[in-house]
Amino acid sequence: MSTFDDPFDADRSLQSGCVCGQHRSAGEHEQAALALRCEPVESEEKRYQGVVAATVMRAMFPQDVARRAFLKSVGASTALAALSQFFPLQTATEVFAQAGAPEKKDLKVGFIPITCATPIIMAAPMGFYARHGLNVEVVKTAGWAVIRDKTINKEYDAAHMLAPMPIAISLGLGANAIPFAVPAIENINGQGIVLATKHKDKRDPKDWKGMKFAIPFDYSMHNYLLRYYLAEHGLDPDTDVQLRSVPPPEMVANLRADNIDGFLAPDNICQRAIYDGVGFMHLLSKEIWDGHPCCSFAASREFITTAPNSFAALTRAIVDATAFASKAENRKQIAEAIAPANYINAPVTVLEQVLTGTYADGLGGVKTDAKRVDFDPFPWQSFAVWMLTQMKRWGQIKGDVDYKAVAEQVYLATDTKKLMTEMGLSPPATAYKSFAVMGKNFDPAKPEDYVASFKIRKSS
Amino acid sequence: MTSSLRLRAGLVSIVLLAAFLGIWHLATRSAGTAATMSPEYAKLMGLTATQGKSAMPGPLDVGVKLWEHLRRPFYDNGPNDKGLGIQLAYSIARVGTGYLLAVLVAIPLGFLIGMSPLLSKALDPFIQVLKPISPLAWMPLALYTIKDSSISAIFVIFICSIWPMLLNTVFGVASVRKEWINVARTLEVGTVRRAFTVILPAAAPTILTGMRISIGIAWLVIVAAEMLVGGTGIGYFVWNEWNNLSITNVIIAILLIGIVGMLLDQILARFTRMVTFPE
Repeated sequence: MSTFDDPFDADRSLQSGCVCGQHRSAGEHEQAALALRCEPVESEEKRYQGVVAATVMRAMFPQDVARRAFLKSVGASTALAALSQFFPLQTATEVFAQAGAPEKKDLKVGFIPITCATPIIMAAPMGFYARHGLNVEVVKTAGWAVIRDKTINKEYDAAHMLAPMPIAISLGLGANAIPFAVPAIENINGQGIVLATKHKDKRDPKDWKGMKFAIPFDYSMHNYLLRYYLAEHGLDPDTDVQLRSVPPPEMVANLRADNIDGFLAPDNICQRAIYDGVGFMHLLSKEIWDGHPCCSFAASREFITTAPNSFAALTRAIVDATAFASKAENRKQIAEAIAPANYINAPVTVLEQVLTGTYADGLGGVKTDAKRVDFDPFPWQSFAVWMLTQMKRWGQIKGDVDYKAVAEQVYLATDTKKLMTEMGLSPPATAYKSFAVMGKNFDPAKPEDYVASFKIRKSS
Repeated sequence: MTSSLRLRAGLVSIVLLAAFLGIWHLATRSAGTAATMSPEYAKLMGLTATQGKSAMPGPLDVGVKLWEHLRRPFYDNGPNDKGLGIQLAYSIARVGTGYLLAVLVAIPLGFLIGMSPLLSKALDPFIQVLKPISPLAWMPLALYTIKDSSISAIFVIFICSIWPMLLNTVFGVASVRKEWINVARTLEVGTVRRAFTVILPAAAPTILTGMRISIGIAWLVIVAAEMLVGGTGIGYFVWNEWNNLSITNVIIAILLIGIVGMLLDQILARFTRMVTFPE
């Protein structure tokens, strides 16, 4: 479930009394309307105001019973009005939203021009960085290896990375070991398997023996998902097919030139191949694992320790932008904001199809899937554990690995949770959840058993 | 006679260009076989898919786009979208810096090596090994050690333009006619003076030929280096437009790269003519 789901959604479980789970009954939740943090709020200001007001309220009435009695007798809005008479709520809210002054205001953030980077990119033209007191320049970068090197070299303060990359960098896979951390996931879902149009009758992966597929990077969810998908259908991705690391922009050109038979790629590339009439959508990555992470927002530990306030402000801006992007009604506006040459540099139609989820499938049909791509910043540590199991499964990690320790070191669930609570959002209570990938359950507590349970894997 | 030859050559050039543009236009003409698809679906698809338009732009598309770029070459829409003039200026500045650094190192070093047979023999194996390395192969190493992408790009230009200049300087200095040096010796000219008044003028044409080869290579390499590193420059422009599969803009960039390369080469050709002497 997304962190931004409507709490009034009838499908959402309300086991613990009220929609936010903090009150014993729905009535009590209504009573606590002053503490707006439980309610879906329409604007950022209001949300912060809620947090501040709630804190003040609690300070005034340390006894919960007394507070409730007061609220019941005068009503929430009167209480708020009375409170603001003698306490400068407005000023306090502004001060709170600013948090600690950032050590460094002018920051550079690198990104790869794909829709996964939506929150990072849109935060610049739509003013999310500015709102948190930062002057951020988002810089388009040529490829994953370059973005890694530029972030390690401190040319970028933070960057858009594939979700497994910070883990790989921290472990020293394919680079020197440098501790990196992930405060927020960019997007969930939003990838796809695209095949060349000539394969439109080969929809069963069992017929794919000997085909050539492109993936964006070795340490990518794309690599792991494609391998997983192929292996579940009985193909050994190391021997039965060819997997090539190809920068996303080159994928469409290669598909047109018949150099590859298909790819599992980030979006706007998938849709672009369809838009240009060279391929069709075989499968959305959502159908392999609904809610899988794809890209992350990452920074080095060094940056986090030398400029903690800048880092917190950045994370807040990203979380804010992600919250905005998670709402379906904002998606069209976002597509227009990120399409120009300065950002993704792609036709608006293509981005709209990706973000709104109403898309041409390349075979003459129009499909709709509102969750084709979604945005949820919470860095589940169980995601990191799953990625580690796949690194192990395909021989990227040799020897033993302490799954939990690595996941907790790289994916900053605790800090993000604190930050999200401060912002008036409702983060999940734990950092681990189990989920199913193609119907097979993953239990983050037993990673070794999970790796061992796969028949097809690299023997080593 | 020569003027009529020039006229005829010019005519042939124009005919060739017209023929090329004509064939290009015909080859990329819309095939006109619009695929049958529902209008709702067609709205979501590109022109290539809906109207059977060739993925390759025709000369007219390129012309229109080129005019658009030429009208506002210096616009700046933020860090990732700048006008073609600005991009070219970045590339030329990078090439200029790397190339000048190479000149400062290669020519004095070449002089030393050329004048000393011992050094010449001793350094030869190193130069022979380093010379054939593709400049882009230095890129990861440069990024790793220098830790700055724009300086790395300049370093790559430096390293690729140094070898032709160095070798040509060595060759030019070593093959100055023995008679001239002997004459200078009998007139008791000092080493430094001999280097500047006898050897330098004599070797200048060879040195400049080396410099001319170098600038060509430097311009070839900068485009590739900028495609790798990104950020700014004409190579980045090519990459960014390729990212959007905008072949039109890529063709325009190719055209401009060619023109700038030709201009750089012509400038050095003029210098070469200035120092050439009849024997």
